[in-house]
Amino acid sequence: MRIPWALLTLFIVINYGLLMTALVQKIGARVGRRHGIPIWQNYIDMIKNYALRTSITHGVMFYLGPVFRLSGGVGLLLFVPSIYGSEMFANFSFAGDLILALYFVFFGTLGMALGAAESGHPYSAIGITRGLSQMTAAELPFALAVFAVALQYQTLSVTEIVAAQQGGVLHWTLFTNPLAVAAAMMSFLGSMMRPPFDVVLAPQEIPIGPPTEYHSSFLAMMQTNRALFPVAKIVVYMNLFFGGAGSWPEFFLKVFLIYMVSAFVGVVFPRFRVEQSIRWFLIWAVPLGILAVVLV
Amino acid sequence: MKEELLKRIVKTPDGQEIEIDPLRDYYCEAGPTVQPPAYTAIIEKLFNWARSESLWILGFGTGCGAIEMRPLMTPRFDAYRYGIQWRPTPRQSNLFVISGYLSVKTLKRVIRSYEQMQGPKYVVGLGSCTINGGMYWDSYNTIKRLDDYLPVDVYIAGCMPRPEALLAGFEELKKIIRAGKAEGANQYAANFDWYKANQKSVIHDWDMPDYNW
Repeated sequence: MRIPWALLTLFIVINYGLLMTALVQKIGARVGRRHGIPIWQNYIDMIKNYALRTSITHGVMFYLGPVFRLSGGVGLLLFVPSIYGSEMFANFSFAGDLILALYFVFFGTLGMALGAAESGHPYSAIGITRGLSQMTAAELPFALAVFAVALQYQTLSVTEIVAAQQGGVLHWTLFTNPLAVAAAMMSFLGSMMRPPFDVVLAPQEIPIGPPTEYHSSFLAMMQTNRALFPVAKIVVYMNLFFGGAGSWPEFFLKVFLIYMVSAFVGVVFPRFRVEQSIRWFLIWAVPLGILAVVLV
Repeated sequence: MKEELLKRIVKTPDGQEIEIDPLRDYYCEAGPTVQPPAYTAIIEKLFNWARSESLWILGFGTGCGAIEMRPLMTPRFDAYRYGIQWRPTPRQSNLFVISGYLSVKTLKRVIRSYEQMQGPKYVVGLGSCTINGGMYWDSYNTIKRLDDYLPVDVYIAGCMPRPEALLAGFEELKKIIRAGKAEGANQYAANFDWYKANQKSVIHDWDMPDYNW
Protein backbone atom coordinates (compact mmCIF):
# COMPACT_ATOMS: atom_id res chain seq x y z
CA MET A 1 0.00 0.00 0.00
CA ARG A 2 2.99 2.29 0.41
CA ILE A 3 3.89 2.26 -3.27
CA PRO A 4 0.80 4.11 -4.63
CA TRP A 5 1.21 6.76 -1.94
CA ALA A 6 4.90 7.12 -2.77
CA LEU A 7 3.98 7.56 -6.45
CA LEU A 8 1.43 10.19 -5.46
CA THR A 9 4.14 12.03 -3.52
CA LEU A 10 6.36 11.86 -6.57
CA PHE A 11 3.57 13.21 -8.81
CA ILE A 12 2.80 16.11 -6.47
CA VAL A 13 6.44 17.01 -6.00
CA ILE A 14 7.32 16.92 -9.73
CA ASN A 15 4.41 19.20 -10.62
CA TYR A 16 5.14 21.49 -7.71
CA GLY A 17 8.82 21.58 -8.69
CA LEU A 18 8.05 22.43 -12.33
CA LEU A 19 5.76 25.29 -11.33
CA MET A 20 7.99 26.56 -8.53
CA THR A 21 11.19 26.68 -10.58
CA ALA A 22 9.29 28.62 -13.26
CA LEU A 23 7.96 30.98 -10.59
CA VAL A 24 11.45 31.52 -9.17
CA GLN A 25 12.70 32.18 -12.70
CA LYS A 26 9.92 34.74 -13.10
CA ILE A 27 10.94 36.37 -9.83
CA GLY A 28 14.53 36.49 -11.07
CA ALA A 29 13.28 38.06 -14.30
CA ARG A 30 11.33 40.68 -12.35
CA VAL A 31 14.58 41.65 -10.64
CA GLY A 32 15.90 42.34 -14.15
CA ARG A 33 12.63 44.21 -14.93
CA ARG A 34 11.45 41.54 -17.34
CA HIS A 35 8.33 39.41 -17.22
CA GLY A 36 10.16 36.19 -17.92
CA ILE A 37 8.83 32.82 -19.05
CA PRO A 38 5.17 31.84 -18.69
CA ILE A 39 4.58 29.79 -15.54
CA TRP A 40 3.75 26.67 -17.59
CA GLN A 41 6.84 26.96 -19.84
CA ASN A 42 8.61 24.01 -18.18
CA TYR A 43 5.79 21.66 -19.21
CA ILE A 44 5.90 22.86 -22.82
CA ASP A 45 9.69 22.51 -22.98
CA MET A 46 9.39 18.96 -21.68
CA ILE A 47 6.70 17.97 -24.20
CA LYS A 48 8.79 19.54 -26.94
CA ASN A 49 11.89 17.62 -25.92
CA TYR A 50 10.03 14.31 -25.68
CA ALA A 51 8.51 15.08 -29.11
CA LEU A 52 11.77 15.50 -31.01
CA ARG A 53 11.84 13.10 -33.94
CA THR A 54 15.55 12.30 -34.00
CA SER A 55 18.13 11.71 -31.32
CA ILE A 56 21.60 10.31 -31.25
CA THR A 57 23.48 8.41 -28.59
CA HIS A 58 27.13 8.13 -27.69
CA GLY A 59 26.94 4.79 -25.89
CA VAL A 60 25.48 2.97 -22.90
CA MET A 61 26.68 5.40 -20.21
CA PHE A 62 25.24 8.27 -22.23
CA TYR A 63 21.83 6.61 -21.80
CA LEU A 64 22.38 5.84 -18.14
CA GLY A 65 23.61 9.32 -17.13
CA PRO A 66 20.16 10.95 -17.03
CA VAL A 67 18.70 7.74 -15.55
CA PHE A 68 21.17 7.87 -12.65
CA ARG A 69 20.52 11.55 -12.22
CA LEU A 70 16.77 11.07 -12.04
CA SER A 71 17.03 8.05 -9.75
CA GLY A 72 19.21 10.16 -7.43
CA GLY A 73 16.39 12.69 -7.15
CA VAL A 74 13.63 10.09 -6.83
CA GLY A 75 15.63 8.09 -4.28
CA LEU A 76 16.32 11.15 -2.17
CA LEU A 77 12.65 12.04 -2.17
CA LEU A 78 11.27 8.57 -1.50
CA PHE A 79 13.50 7.60 1.44
CA VAL A 80 12.76 10.72 3.47
CA PRO A 81 9.33 11.46 4.98
CA SER A 82 7.61 14.31 3.12
CA ILE A 83 4.85 15.07 5.62
CA TYR A 84 5.48 14.58 9.33
CA GLY A 85 2.91 12.52 11.19
CA SER A 86 1.23 11.32 8.02
CA GLU A 87 1.00 7.59 7.44
CA MET A 88 0.47 8.14 3.71
CA PHE A 89 3.33 10.48 2.96
CA ALA A 90 6.01 9.00 5.21
CA ASN A 91 7.31 7.24 2.08
CA PHE A 92 9.96 4.57 2.67
CA SER A 93 11.69 6.22 5.60
CA PHE A 94 13.39 3.89 8.07
CA ALA A 95 15.72 4.03 11.05
CA GLY A 96 18.90 4.98 9.19
CA ASP A 97 17.48 7.07 6.33
CA LEU A 98 19.69 10.06 7.13
CA ILE A 99 22.80 8.23 5.91
CA LEU A 100 21.01 7.07 2.76
CA ALA A 101 19.90 10.65 2.05
CA LEU A 102 23.50 11.86 2.29
CA TYR A 103 24.44 9.20 -0.23
CA PHE A 104 21.65 10.05 -2.66
CA VAL A 105 22.55 13.75 -2.68
CA PHE A 106 25.84 12.85 -4.34
CA PHE A 107 24.58 9.93 -6.44
CA GLY A 108 23.10 11.97 -9.30
CA THR A 109 26.21 14.03 -9.84
CA LEU A 110 28.38 10.94 -10.08
CA GLY A 111 26.01 9.29 -12.56
CA MET A 112 25.98 12.46 -14.59
CA ALA A 113 29.77 12.52 -14.59
CA LEU A 114 29.88 9.07 -16.18
CA GLY A 115 27.23 9.97 -18.77
CA ALA A 116 28.70 13.33 -19.70
CA ALA A 117 32.18 11.85 -19.97
CA GLU A 118 30.97 9.37 -22.57
CA SER A 119 29.50 12.17 -24.69
CA GLY A 120 33.13 13.09 -25.39
CA HIS A 121 32.53 16.82 -25.52
CA PRO A 122 35.38 18.83 -23.95
CA TYR A 123 32.96 21.29 -22.34
CA SER A 124 31.20 18.39 -20.62
CA ALA A 125 34.51 17.24 -19.17
CA ILE A 126 35.34 20.75 -17.93
CA GLY A 127 31.87 21.17 -16.45
CA ILE A 128 32.02 17.81 -14.68
CA THR A 129 35.47 18.52 -13.25
CA ARG A 130 34.25 21.83 -11.89
CA GLY A 131 31.00 20.33 -10.67
CA LEU A 132 32.59 17.49 -8.76
CA SER A 133 35.23 19.67 -7.10
CA GLN A 134 32.66 22.26 -6.07
CA MET A 135 30.17 19.62 -4.91
CA THR A 136 32.83 17.91 -2.80
CA ALA A 137 33.70 21.17 -1.07
CA ALA A 138 30.03 22.04 -0.58
CA GLU A 139 29.12 18.61 0.79
CA LEU A 140 31.70 18.87 3.57
CA PRO A 141 29.90 21.49 5.72
CA PHE A 142 26.57 19.75 5.04
CA ALA A 143 27.95 16.42 6.23
CA LEU A 144 29.35 18.11 9.36
CA ALA A 145 26.00 19.77 10.01
CA VAL A 146 24.23 16.43 9.62
CA PHE A 147 26.65 14.82 12.11
CA ALA A 148 26.00 17.66 14.53
CA VAL A 149 22.25 17.20 14.23
CA ALA A 150 22.54 13.41 14.57
CA LEU A 151 24.64 13.85 17.71
CA GLN A 152 22.28 16.46 19.08
CA TYR A 153 19.20 14.25 18.78
CA GLN A 154 21.09 10.95 19.24
CA THR A 155 19.40 9.34 16.20
CA LEU A 156 19.93 8.66 12.50
CA SER A 157 16.22 8.62 11.65
CA VAL A 158 14.83 11.70 9.95
CA THR A 159 11.36 11.03 11.38
CA GLU A 160 12.70 11.09 14.94
CA ILE A 161 14.65 14.28 14.25
CA VAL A 162 11.45 15.97 13.02
CA ALA A 163 9.56 14.63 16.02
CA ALA A 164 12.15 16.15 18.36
CA GLN A 165 11.58 19.59 16.81
CA GLN A 166 7.82 19.72 17.32
CA GLY A 167 6.15 22.05 19.80
CA GLY A 168 6.84 25.53 18.50
CA VAL A 169 9.21 27.45 16.31
CA LEU A 170 11.83 27.74 19.03
CA HIS A 171 12.26 23.96 19.07
CA TRP A 172 13.55 23.94 15.48
CA THR A 173 17.19 23.04 14.95
CA LEU A 174 17.48 26.55 13.49
CA PHE A 175 17.29 27.86 17.08
CA THR A 176 18.61 24.93 19.08
CA ASN A 177 21.72 24.49 16.93
CA PRO A 178 22.19 27.65 14.81
CA LEU A 179 25.83 26.89 13.90
CA ALA A 180 24.94 23.63 12.17
CA VAL A 181 22.11 25.31 10.28
CA ALA A 182 24.39 28.15 9.16
CA ALA A 183 26.97 25.68 7.84
CA ALA A 184 24.29 23.63 6.10
CA MET A 185 22.67 26.69 4.49
CA MET A 186 26.05 27.75 3.08
CA SER A 187 26.41 24.28 1.61
CA PHE A 188 22.84 24.62 0.30
CA LEU A 189 23.82 27.70 -1.72
CA GLY A 190 26.61 25.68 -3.28
CA SER A 191 24.41 22.84 -4.44
CA MET A 192 21.56 24.81 -6.02
CA MET A 193 23.33 25.66 -9.30
CA ARG A 194 22.58 29.35 -8.85
CA PRO A 195 25.01 32.25 -8.72
CA PRO A 196 27.52 32.69 -7.14
CA PHE A 197 28.02 28.92 -7.46
CA ASP A 198 26.82 28.25 -11.01
CA VAL A 199 30.20 27.99 -12.69
CA VAL A 200 29.39 24.34 -13.43
CA LEU A 201 26.81 25.30 -16.03
CA ALA A 202 28.45 28.66 -16.84
CA PRO A 203 26.30 29.45 -19.87
CA GLN A 204 28.67 32.14 -21.10
CA GLU A 205 32.01 30.38 -20.85
CA ILE A 206 31.55 26.65 -21.32
CA PRO A 207 28.17 26.39 -23.01
CA ILE A 208 26.06 24.84 -20.25
CA GLY A 209 28.72 22.38 -19.13
CA PRO A 210 27.90 18.71 -18.48
CA PRO A 211 24.65 18.49 -20.52
CA THR A 212 26.22 20.02 -23.66
CA GLU A 213 25.55 16.91 -25.75
CA TYR A 214 22.22 15.99 -24.17
CA HIS A 215 19.04 16.55 -26.15
CA SER A 216 15.52 15.21 -26.77
CA SER A 217 14.27 12.74 -24.14
CA PHE A 218 17.68 12.58 -22.41
CA LEU A 219 17.40 16.30 -21.75
CA ALA A 220 13.74 16.02 -20.81
CA MET A 221 14.66 13.49 -18.13
CA MET A 222 17.26 15.86 -16.79
CA GLN A 223 14.70 18.66 -16.81
CA THR A 224 12.38 16.47 -14.75
CA ASN A 225 15.22 15.97 -12.31
CA ARG A 226 15.91 19.71 -12.32
CA ALA A 227 12.40 20.19 -10.98
CA LEU A 228 12.47 17.23 -8.62
CA PHE A 229 15.94 17.25 -7.08
CA PRO A 230 15.98 20.75 -5.49
CA VAL A 231 12.62 20.04 -3.84
CA ALA A 232 13.83 16.63 -2.60
CA LYS A 233 16.95 18.24 -1.22
CA ILE A 234 14.98 21.02 0.44
CA VAL A 235 12.72 18.40 2.04
CA VAL A 236 15.81 16.98 3.76
CA TYR A 237 16.79 20.47 4.93
CA MET A 238 13.26 21.23 6.05
CA ASN A 239 13.09 18.01 8.07
CA LEU A 240 16.51 18.41 9.66
CA PHE A 241 16.58 22.12 10.42
CA PHE A 242 13.18 23.77 10.00
CA GLY A 243 10.80 21.51 11.88
CA GLY A 244 9.46 19.50 8.94
CA ALA A 245 5.98 20.00 7.52
CA GLY A 246 2.69 18.80 9.01
CA SER A 247 0.58 19.30 5.87
CA TRP A 248 0.97 19.92 2.14
CA PRO A 249 0.32 23.72 2.33
CA GLU A 250 2.96 24.04 5.04
CA PHE A 251 5.27 21.87 2.89
CA PHE A 252 4.78 24.07 -0.19
CA LEU A 253 5.36 27.27 1.76
CA LYS A 254 8.48 26.09 3.58
CA VAL A 255 10.06 24.59 0.47
CA PHE A 256 9.39 27.79 -1.47
CA LEU A 257 10.89 29.98 1.26
CA ILE A 258 14.00 27.83 1.62
CA TYR A 259 14.42 27.82 -2.17
CA MET A 260 14.12 31.60 -2.19
CA VAL A 261 17.21 31.84 0.04
CA SER A 262 19.35 30.66 -2.85
CA ALA A 263 17.34 32.77 -5.32
CA PHE A 264 17.89 35.92 -3.26
CA VAL A 265 21.61 35.30 -2.99
CA GLY A 266 21.68 34.37 -6.66
CA VAL A 267 20.23 37.59 -8.07
CA VAL A 268 22.53 39.75 -5.96
CA PHE A 269 25.97 38.16 -6.25
CA PRO A 270 28.13 37.54 -9.31
CA ARG A 271 29.70 34.19 -10.07
CA PHE A 272 32.62 32.61 -8.21
CA ARG A 273 35.32 30.75 -10.03
CA VAL A 274 35.77 27.17 -8.82
CA GLU A 275 38.88 27.77 -6.75
CA GLN A 276 37.21 30.82 -5.18
CA SER A 277 34.09 28.88 -4.23
CA ILE A 278 36.10 25.96 -2.81
CA ARG A 279 38.11 28.41 -0.74
CA TRP A 280 34.91 30.11 0.39
CA PHE A 281 33.44 26.80 1.59
CA LEU A 282 36.64 25.75 3.34
CA ILE A 283 37.17 29.11 5.07
CA TRP A 284 33.63 30.10 6.03
CA ALA A 285 31.43 27.03 6.06
CA VAL A 286 33.63 24.15 7.25
CA PRO A 287 34.83 25.84 10.51
CA LEU A 288 31.20 26.57 11.37
CA GLY A 289 30.39 22.90 10.81
CA ILE A 290 33.33 21.75 12.96
CA LEU A 291 32.31 24.18 15.69
CA ALA A 292 28.75 22.84 15.55
CA VAL A 293 30.00 19.26 15.97
CA VAL A 294 32.36 20.23 18.81
CA LEU A 295 29.80 22.28 20.75
CA VAL A 296 26.96 19.77 20.50
CA MET B 1 41.16 17.62 -47.30
CA LYS B 2 43.07 18.59 -44.19
CA GLU B 3 46.01 16.43 -43.24
CA GLU B 4 44.59 15.47 -39.83
CA LEU B 5 41.49 14.05 -41.53
CA LEU B 6 43.44 11.71 -43.80
CA LYS B 7 43.78 7.99 -43.18
CA ARG B 8 47.05 7.24 -41.43
CA ILE B 9 48.92 4.77 -39.25
CA VAL B 10 49.66 5.90 -35.70
CA LYS B 11 52.06 4.39 -33.21
CA THR B 12 50.58 4.11 -29.73
CA PRO B 13 52.68 4.72 -26.57
CA ASP B 14 53.05 0.97 -26.00
CA GLY B 15 54.46 0.38 -29.45
CA GLN B 16 51.34 -0.91 -31.20
CA GLU B 17 50.61 0.33 -34.70
CA ILE B 18 46.96 1.20 -35.39
CA GLU B 19 45.23 2.58 -38.44
CA ILE B 20 43.12 5.70 -37.98
CA ASP B 21 40.52 6.90 -40.47
CA PRO B 22 39.11 10.06 -38.83
CA LEU B 23 36.12 10.45 -41.14
CA ARG B 24 34.99 6.91 -40.33
CA ASP B 25 36.10 6.71 -36.71
CA TYR B 26 34.90 10.08 -35.44
CA TYR B 27 31.80 10.63 -37.55
CA CYS B 28 28.72 8.65 -38.45
CA GLU B 29 28.36 7.82 -42.11
CA ALA B 30 24.58 7.46 -42.21
CA GLY B 31 22.85 10.36 -43.94
CA PRO B 32 19.65 12.06 -42.76
CA THR B 33 16.34 10.28 -43.31
CA VAL B 34 12.82 11.61 -43.68
CA GLN B 35 11.04 11.32 -40.32
CA PRO B 36 7.28 10.78 -40.46
CA PRO B 37 5.00 12.76 -38.15
CA ALA B 38 4.18 10.92 -34.96
CA TYR B 39 1.27 8.62 -34.21
CA THR B 40 -2.17 10.09 -34.61
CA ALA B 41 -3.08 13.52 -35.90
CA ILE B 42 -4.19 14.84 -32.52
CA ILE B 43 -0.87 13.94 -30.87
CA GLU B 44 1.06 15.49 -33.71
CA LYS B 45 -1.05 18.62 -33.21
CA LEU B 46 -0.16 18.70 -29.51
CA PHE B 47 3.52 18.20 -30.37
CA ASN B 48 3.40 20.96 -32.98
CA TRP B 49 1.83 23.30 -30.47
CA ALA B 50 4.56 22.47 -27.92
CA ARG B 51 7.26 22.95 -30.58
CA SER B 52 5.84 26.33 -31.53
CA GLU B 53 5.64 27.52 -27.92
CA SER B 54 9.15 26.39 -27.07
CA LEU B 55 11.55 27.83 -29.66
CA TRP B 56 15.12 27.34 -28.57
CA ILE B 57 17.42 29.50 -30.66
CA LEU B 58 20.97 28.43 -31.32
CA GLY B 59 23.23 31.17 -29.98
CA PHE B 60 25.27 31.55 -33.15
CA GLY B 61 25.43 35.03 -34.71
CA THR B 62 26.54 34.55 -38.29
CA GLY B 63 26.61 38.20 -39.36
CA CYS B 64 25.88 41.75 -38.29
CA GLY B 65 22.19 40.89 -37.72
CA ALA B 66 23.16 39.10 -34.52
CA ILE B 67 23.21 42.51 -32.87
CA GLU B 68 19.45 42.71 -33.33
CA MET B 69 18.88 39.49 -31.40
CA ARG B 70 20.51 40.68 -28.19
CA PRO B 71 17.83 43.30 -27.38
CA LEU B 72 15.26 40.51 -27.44
CA MET B 73 16.67 39.26 -24.13
CA THR B 74 16.43 42.68 -22.49
CA PRO B 75 13.49 44.10 -20.50
CA ARG B 76 12.36 46.19 -23.46
CA PHE B 77 11.47 43.27 -25.73
CA ASP B 78 11.73 40.24 -23.42
CA ALA B 79 11.24 37.42 -25.91
CA TYR B 80 11.15 34.87 -23.06
CA ARG B 81 7.48 35.80 -22.66
CA TYR B 82 6.77 34.04 -25.97
CA GLY B 83 8.59 30.82 -25.08
CA ILE B 84 11.71 31.88 -26.98
CA GLN B 85 14.98 30.98 -25.29
CA TRP B 86 18.63 30.82 -26.31
CA ARG B 87 20.65 27.64 -26.05
CA PRO B 88 24.42 27.56 -26.44
CA THR B 89 24.59 24.13 -28.06
CA PRO B 90 23.15 22.93 -31.40
CA ARG B 91 22.04 19.65 -29.82
CA GLN B 92 19.40 21.38 -27.73
CA SER B 93 18.26 24.11 -30.10
CA ASN B 94 15.57 23.75 -32.73
CA LEU B 95 15.69 27.18 -34.35
CA PHE B 96 18.63 28.52 -36.30
CA VAL B 97 18.54 32.25 -36.99
CA ILE B 98 20.88 33.08 -39.86
CA SER B 99 21.52 36.64 -38.81
CA GLY B 100 22.51 38.63 -41.87
CA TYR B 101 25.17 38.04 -44.51
CA LEU B 102 26.76 34.64 -44.63
CA SER B 103 30.34 34.37 -45.83
CA VAL B 104 31.42 31.09 -47.40
CA LYS B 105 33.71 30.45 -44.45
CA THR B 106 30.83 30.84 -42.00
CA LEU B 107 28.53 28.75 -44.21
CA LYS B 108 30.74 25.76 -43.49
CA ARG B 109 30.22 26.17 -39.74
CA VAL B 110 26.54 26.87 -40.25
CA ILE B 111 26.09 23.60 -42.13
CA ARG B 112 27.88 21.67 -39.40
CA SER B 113 25.79 23.30 -36.68
CA TYR B 114 22.55 22.82 -38.61
CA GLU B 115 23.21 19.15 -39.16
CA GLN B 116 23.95 18.64 -35.47
CA MET B 117 20.56 20.02 -34.49
CA GLN B 118 17.87 17.39 -33.89
CA GLY B 119 14.69 17.47 -35.96
CA PRO B 120 12.23 19.00 -36.38
CA LYS B 121 14.37 22.09 -36.79
CA TYR B 122 13.66 25.47 -38.27
CA VAL B 123 15.69 28.13 -40.05
CA VAL B 124 14.89 31.83 -40.07
CA GLY B 125 16.68 34.09 -42.55
CA LEU B 126 17.20 37.49 -40.99
CA GLY B 127 17.79 40.55 -43.19
CA SER B 128 17.84 41.01 -46.93
CA CYS B 129 21.32 39.47 -47.23
CA THR B 130 19.79 36.03 -46.77
CA ILE B 131 17.19 36.67 -49.48
CA ASN B 132 19.23 38.02 -52.39
CA GLY B 133 22.62 38.99 -51.01
CA GLY B 134 21.46 42.46 -49.96
CA MET B 135 24.23 45.02 -49.99
CA TYR B 136 26.71 42.19 -50.54
CA TRP B 137 25.03 41.19 -53.82
CA ASP B 138 28.31 41.43 -55.76
CA SER B 139 30.65 40.21 -53.04
CA TYR B 140 32.99 37.38 -53.96
CA ASN B 141 32.81 35.55 -50.65
CA THR B 142 29.23 35.71 -49.43
CA ILE B 143 26.32 33.55 -50.54
CA LYS B 144 23.36 35.22 -52.21
CA ARG B 145 20.35 32.96 -51.59
CA LEU B 146 20.25 31.11 -48.29
CA ASP B 147 17.47 28.87 -49.59
CA ASP B 148 19.91 27.14 -51.91
CA TYR B 149 21.96 25.81 -49.00
CA LEU B 150 19.51 25.26 -46.13
CA PRO B 151 15.70 24.90 -46.08
CA VAL B 152 14.41 28.27 -44.83
CA ASP B 153 11.04 28.53 -43.08
CA VAL B 154 10.67 32.29 -42.65
CA TYR B 155 12.48 35.32 -44.02
CA ILE B 156 12.50 38.57 -42.08
CA ALA B 157 13.23 41.32 -44.61
CA GLY B 158 15.01 44.56 -43.80
CA CYS B 159 18.49 45.93 -43.40
CA MET B 160 18.50 45.65 -40.45
CA PRO B 161 15.09 44.48 -39.28
CA ARG B 162 14.27 45.91 -35.85
CA PRO B 163 13.78 43.56 -32.88
CA GLU B 164 10.01 44.09 -33.23
CA ALA B 165 10.24 42.69 -36.76
CA LEU B 166 12.05 39.66 -35.35
CA LEU B 167 9.29 39.10 -32.82
CA ALA B 168 6.70 39.37 -35.60
CA GLY B 169 8.73 36.90 -37.65
CA PHE B 170 8.86 34.42 -34.77
CA GLU B 171 5.10 34.71 -34.35
CA GLU B 172 4.75 33.96 -38.08
CA LEU B 173 7.01 30.92 -37.65
CA LYS B 174 4.83 29.72 -34.77
CA LYS B 175 1.77 29.80 -37.05
CA ILE B 176 3.63 27.78 -39.68
CA ILE B 177 4.74 25.21 -37.08
CA ARG B 178 1.24 24.90 -35.65
CA ALA B 179 -0.13 24.33 -39.16
CA GLY B 180 2.36 21.45 -39.51
CA LYS B 181 4.06 23.05 -42.50
CA ALA B 182 7.49 23.62 -40.98
CA GLU B 183 9.09 20.43 -42.32
CA GLY B 184 12.49 21.87 -43.14
CA ALA B 185 14.41 18.94 -41.66
CA ASN B 186 12.51 16.47 -43.84
CA GLN B 187 12.93 18.69 -46.88
CA TYR B 188 16.67 18.74 -46.23
CA ALA B 189 16.75 14.96 -45.93
CA ALA B 190 14.63 14.41 -49.03
CA ASN B 191 16.69 16.75 -51.21
CA PHE B 192 19.97 15.99 -49.50
CA ASP B 193 21.99 15.53 -52.71
CA TRP B 194 20.76 18.80 -54.17
CA TYR B 195 21.66 20.75 -51.03
CA LYS B 196 25.07 19.07 -50.81
CA ALA B 197 25.82 19.86 -54.46
CA ASN B 198 24.92 23.51 -53.89
CA GLN B 199 27.01 23.69 -50.72
CA LYS B 200 30.01 22.07 -52.36
CA SER B 201 29.76 24.39 -55.37
CA VAL B 202 30.66 27.37 -53.16
CA ILE B 203 32.78 25.73 -50.45
CA HIS B 204 35.95 24.74 -52.26
CA ASP B 205 38.01 23.50 -49.31
CA TRP B 206 35.50 20.90 -48.17
CA ASP B 207 37.28 19.25 -45.26
CA MET B 208 34.49 17.57 -43.33
CA PRO B 209 32.28 14.51 -43.74
CA ASP B 210 29.22 14.87 -45.95
CA TYR B 211 26.87 14.67 -43.01
CA ASN B 212 27.78 15.71 -39.45
CA TRP B 213 25.04 13.57 -37.88
